[in-house]
Amino acid sequence: MPTRKLTVDEIRRAAEHLARDIERLVRRPLRLMEVCGTHTVAIFRSGIRELLPPELELVSGPGCPVCVTPAEYIDQAVRYSRQPDVLIASFGDMLRVPGSFSSLLAEKAAGADVRVVYSPLDAVQLAGEYPGKTVIFLAVGFETTAPAAAAAIVTAERAGLPNFLTLSAPKLVPPALKHLLDGSGTQVDGFLLPGHVCAVTGLEPFGFLAVEYGVPAVVAGFEGLDILQAIRALLENLAAGSPEIGNQYGRVVRAAGNPEACHILEEVYEPVDSRWRGIGDIPVSGLKVRESYRRLDAAAVRPLPAIAGTKAAADGCRCGQVLQGLIRPAQCPLFGRQCTPERPVGACMVSGEGTCAAWYKYGAGRWQQ
Amino acid sequence: MCVAVPAMMVEREDFMATVDIDGVRRQVSLMLLPEARVGDYVLIHAGFAIQTIDEEEALQTLQLFKELEAYADTEADG
Amino acid sequence: MNNAEQRILMAHGSGGKLSGELFQQVFFPAFANPALAEVHDGARLTVAGGQLAFATDSYVVKPRFFPGGDIGKLAVCGTVNDLAMTGAEPLYLSAGFILEEGLAMAELRNVVESMRQAAAAAGVQIVTGDTKVVEKGAADGLYINTAGIGRLLPAVDIRAGRVRSGQMVILSGSLGDHGIAVMGERHGLTLPDTVISDCAPLNHMVRELLTEVPTVSWLRDPTRGGLAAALNELAVQTGLGIMLEESELPVNPAVAAVCDILGFDPLYLANEGKLIAIVENKDTEKVLAILHRHPEGVASRAIGRVAERPAAQVGIRTLVGGVRLLDMPTGDPLPRIC
Repeated sequence: MPTRKLTVDEIRRAAEHLARDIERLVRRPLRLMEVCGTHTVAIFRSGIRELLPPELELVSGPGCPVCVTPAEYIDQAVRYSRQPDVLIASFGDMLRVPGSFSSLLAEKAAGADVRVVYSPLDAVQLAGEYPGKTVIFLAVGFETTAPAAAAAIVTAERAGLPNFLTLSAPKLVPPALKHLLDGSGTQVDGFLLPGHVCAVTGLEPFGFLAVEYGVPAVVAGFEGLDILQAIRALLENLAAGSPEIGNQYGRVVRAAGNPEACHILEEVYEPVDSRWRGIGDIPVSGLKVRESYRRLDAAAVRPLPAIAGTKAAADGCRCGQVLQGLIRPAQCPLFGRQCTPERPVGACMVSGEGTCAAWYKYGAGRWQQ
Repeated sequence: MCVAVPAMMVEREDFMATVDIDGVRRQVSLMLLPEARVGDYVLIHAGFAIQTIDEEEALQTLQLFKELEAYADTEADG
Repeated sequence: MNNAEQRILMAHGSGGKLSGELFQQVFFPAFANPALAEVHDGARLTVAGGQLAFATDSYVVKPRFFPGGDIGKLAVCGTVNDLAMTGAEPLYLSAGFILEEGLAMAELRNVVESMRQAAAAAGVQIVTGDTKVVEKGAADGLYINTAGIGRLLPAVDIRAGRVRSGQMVILSGSLGDHGIAVMGERHGLTLPDTVISDCAPLNHMVRELLTEVPTVSWLRDPTRGGLAAALNELAVQTGLGIMLEESELPVNPAVAAVCDILGFDPLYLANEGKLIAIVENKDTEKVLAILHRHPEGVASRAIGRVAERPAAQVGIRTLVGGVRLLDMPTGDPLPRIC
């Protein structure tokens, strides 16, 4: 980081100070929602909940793109991985996620060619290195990650690589928030907005929260102090009574976002209705490859024959309610019993950033102190 | 899925750059941030630079903490 | 997932929960005996009146050569350290090799030379061995198993049962260096030459420690699964809690940077030249002074303490002053962008 690192003592004192301000600002029970898996994890890792007054509840929304990727998508990826000429390139996050009958990790153990990549460009490079294989990159993620996938598609197109495809299912955050506020019964007094999504999108796509719904929101960074500051800013905004979209993460987030990233996203993808695991269909909440890049769209050039409908959710799994902040993970009867990070049942447990996985890993609901 | 890391840009060739994160170096693409210059701090996600980091803003954050400290000091003294 | 459960997964070898299940369900019932039942890095034996320690470990690291070491050095240091952690002076090792047809003779010589050097540094002898060659494709180059015997140091009693609430947790240096040195180069990262495996024999440092402070309760080298796995095993075994201070956990900046980039947690990464010691509170300064005399222990520090609560769990007091659980690792770390 460009700044000198703060000493432990400085961090502790700043945190205490922010916590005192927060305590003073909380006059009634309040619920703030974060909608970024990285925030979910950061809140647990920094132990922030311990510093907050009991009337202030932090709940997690659908902020983990791996978790909300539907089982059908995993099933498609698994079926592609079983085709002998296919090499699946995926972010590591996706490998353990169960579909309705298998996972990519299980297929890899059974001999499928599944590679973990760190960047979509690594997948393009694999296509160059293995001309006899068809490389299918699993393009999932929110607005932070989708431009990287789009850039890989453009790169492969320009290079004329005949064997690079993507199985594309990027998702958009603002429509999901709108869906939550529109009718799911979610009660939220304010949002902590995902800092790295906003680094790409800017603030404008989230303006409707304040204007149409009267719910304030603050873009937050990912250090413990960032999050405490953002919470304080949200509470101050609530106290002032005029909902606004604030930005605590100004060192990275500009009001206009990253225009170049937005441009390439627009160039490659078009908005489409999309299914979210555990929630269902949300209008214009996903992205699909445009006609002009259809040649690189696995779903278009290698369509899979339809298979019998998959089971929507396991019996008793309440992920849908967890994802919408309606219940806490520990209120689900499967949490920590049938459903654990080693053997996840529901969407929120499948990725390390899922709400249930984070609650489980960092001890909420099973901390024996 | 939105982990991103701050890094300093140390070299640039066309749309690829070498960035340094506490001594660790890697190649990243500048396709999403073509205006980045050597010496800039940039945010890296999935092999791409996705935004520049505003040092002024970062310093202001530091300044805030100093104020908080001063405040805590007066409280402790009081 | 039936498909997943009928096969050995990589996670079965990762030192996490699945490794534990494999042990409890497959190996333990088959090999059960009182020495194995202590569930330590090595077995403590009494043979004809003498007190011995006995340990074994297999080495399949890839790449076989990495900054700061290679599979041969690792194979010697690993077993030497396992013996040292039981409170023993390592004496003799065996070495078993599984070689893939086609392995370059020169590479094998390099590995064997590393083993010779490491054995000399540790002051142990490799006294027996075995070699098997399997056809091309049936193994990945070269695997090594070593077993070792050591003499238990007098008046020393290292076991989980002696860990008590109020004792201090000492760590001998930075976390995750080996894990990153071995895997960092795999993901297109160029690492500075400050990132090297910490692979080293710890037996001389341990002997000095236990000679001067024989009351040390427990020792462990946090290899696979890292600090998190080692302390969780202790917490479960004793039913006690362990509370660490996040600000006291040492991680080299470049290691921390790789962890940030690839989404790893240094507390879960393997170390091959570090130890955790649980000691009486009053002995803390003395123990640190002894460890600081050795190059392997120069960065030793107290990182936390044993407590009644949280029962059978490991907690961390965070930088901002909150508390969180440090869970058992659940599988091999996968690089992720989440």
